[in-house]
Amino acid sequence: MALSRLSSSSRRLDLLTSPLAAALARRPISTDTTPITVETSVPFSAHKCEGPSRSVETTPQELISFFRDMALMRRMEIAADSLYKAKLIRGFCHLYDGQEAVAVGMEAAITKKDCIITAYRDHCIFLERGGTLLEVFAELMGRRAGCSKGKGGSMHFYKKDSGFYGGHGIVGAQVPLGCGLAFAQKYSKDENVTFTLYGDGAANQGQLFEALNISCLLELPAILVCENNHYGMGTAEWRAAKSPAYYKRGDYAPGLKVDGMDAFAVKQACKFAKEHALKNGPIILEMDTYRYHGHSMSDPGSTYRTRDEISGVRQERDPIERIRKLILGLDLATEKELKDMEKEVRKEVDEAIAQAKESPNPDPSELFTNVYAKGYGVEAFGADRKEVRAALP
Amino acid sequence: MASALRRLGSAAARRGLSTACEDTKKSLFQLPQAGGKSSNLCSAINQALHIALESDPRSYLFGEDVSFGGVFRCTTGLADRYGKSRVFNTPLCEQGIVGFGIGLAAMGNRAIAEIQFADYIFPAFDQIVNEASKFRYRSGNQFNCGGLTIRAPYGAVGHGGHYHSQSPEAFFCHVPGIKVVIPRSPRQAKGLLLSCIRDPNPVVFFEPKWLYRQAIEEVPEEDYMLPLSEAEVIREGSDITVVGWGAQLSIMEQACAGAEKEGISCELIDLKTLIPWDKETVEASVRKTGRLLISHEAPVTGGFGAEISASIVERCFLRLEAPVARICGLDTPFPLVFEPFYMPTKNKILDAIKATVNY
Repeated sequence: MALSRLSSSSRRLDLLTSPLAAALARRPISTDTTPITVETSVPFSAHKCEGPSRSVETTPQELISFFRDMALMRRMEIAADSLYKAKLIRGFCHLYDGQEAVAVGMEAAITKKDCIITAYRDHCIFLERGGTLLEVFAELMGRRAGCSKGKGGSMHFYKKDSGFYGGHGIVGAQVPLGCGLAFAQKYSKDENVTFTLYGDGAANQGQLFEALNISCLLELPAILVCENNHYGMGTAEWRAAKSPAYYKRGDYAPGLKVDGMDAFAVKQACKFAKEHALKNGPIILEMDTYRYHGHSMSDPGSTYRTRDEISGVRQERDPIERIRKLILGLDLATEKELKDMEKEVRKEVDEAIAQAKESPNPDPSELFTNVYAKGYGVEAFGADRKEVRAALP
Repeated sequence: MASALRRLGSAAARRGLSTACEDTKKSLFQLPQAGGKSSNLCSAINQALHIALESDPRSYLFGEDVSFGGVFRCTTGLADRYGKSRVFNTPLCEQGIVGFGIGLAAMGNRAIAEIQFADYIFPAFDQIVNEASKFRYRSGNQFNCGGLTIRAPYGAVGHGGHYHSQSPEAFFCHVPGIKVVIPRSPRQAKGLLLSCIRDPNPVVFFEPKWLYRQAIEEVPEEDYMLPLSEAEVIREGSDITVVGWGAQLSIMEQACAGAEKEGISCELIDLKTLIPWDKETVEASVRKTGRLLISHEAPVTGGFGAEISASIVERCFLRLEAPVARICGLDTPFPLVFEPFYMPTKNKILDAIKATVNY
């Protein structure tokens, strides 16, 4: 009786010198794997299939890691915003804040042998696939330490060893590519799947339907994930799509609509989708999500939607706040501990930025490398009339 | 009464196909002498679009995000003024946009399709090459899509990277049946765009995005058109002919000024229309100078400079004093951090001018 009162009351008890309380208080939550069941915020809407249940199996460890990862992503994207405004990041920068739950939930449901391919809003997915903060910031700033050696930039993050196929600029072009990856996986018979991510804007590309048709004919383990943040740059979904029920647009392919701001719903859906795809072929997941920033750093994001809408979503559906409430409600950590975690994360991000700033620009000879498999002889004059040559090895 | 009827009759007679060019009388093909209002490139294009939609009630403008003004604000105010049935957003489908435009044009309307960046034009490549360019030819002139004008911002912008900086004009120059037009400045852009829209052939109009805000000029406020397939000598010279188009011309102008300091007199020509291009003007100039240099941002191999070079060599072989020089982008994908190395800069052009003159 006393024990339960101790464990359920506020963690301020560990400040007392009571040894019992202290022993109870020092439960290592970050490695605690006692199963917990969490309910998703809304039920799944299914098309031509039986959706999964709303009860999701998880552990305190996973909850804390979700929180930490999402806080890290949020912090990373905000830092990228400042770097862009300071002109250290140039070109185009598409930020993912608000959509973190999709990256985190998806990763929790799959292995590194499964492939993910996405469009240009790829910083957080790269991070979840095992990328480091240094690689992210260096690549954003176009430095040598970046994941694509500084030659890709914001839109072209790749990670071969964990099956992250990037990072694509042309909208919709990654979908047939992703289905091709699934095709290869089917041949290799190693029970892996491909998650092909695209947005609500890309959902209207013809090549998507071509790829889906072929994938369904061949029963490929391809999962098409529509990250529906309701705006194709400046165009609202109801203006661009006759049917904004993207999970139904596969028609003959089954689909599932998921609350993309709830990391557990995403995890459940991805797990379900993986099992489904391995048995029955392609399935479409629609993640109902939202981005706080505009389409890119050149877009203020307020000319086509109201600030009230943005702050409304932030208050009611923010993925990090949801996890925070869950953790506090389940008494897995105190507010202070979570805030400390966020401070730590901030420090990590700052350190990574400092390190990335030290990394030099790629060597000018890299301009000519990797055009073809072995490069080729090119004669050209660099700026300031210095000759820059590259030759066949 | 009679005069009113006559006016009515003549108006009715003029109803014809929207793509007919009765209004392209010679007198309209001239830059108005008077000054005009100071405008930048996107504002000049905006003016041209306003005039185009005003003067022909059967003209329509569509593309991604054009309703609120577009990513570069070239289409501001059009949806408000001409209504949502004439100026509207399309979903994200370039192939659909162009195909749709071809269909509209085939029914005698003027379809002004915007492709958000020239880098995204490739899904529409099939429609342009296989449908738009061959429609008149394969139907024995029964049908045509002359009312189609495709506008796309092209070219380097300083930080555009792989997919916001490409110059794909060479791909389209290889297709008989369409025209490719590239303006160099706000005044040129307004006149050329109006000509393109009213030309009875499908046209691809590339707008140099670097100049959208950077280039400011006095642009006449009235309706005026500039002739297509006519190159312009914008700087007279006697030692070497330098040919280019679009944003690259401002770089070339700097190089010509630099060359002048070293005693080399350059003749700078703006091609304006890439196909069908004005061979006569370039030939006449090369006959005068005996040397030719071409510069463009697109990669050198297979770029349009190669066509100009080959044609001029055919025509002026015995007159040429030096090989034709091409100072162009490198044969790599348009790079991210390496853009300053990739670009055909003023120094590279100046170097080549001197090398050609001293051959």
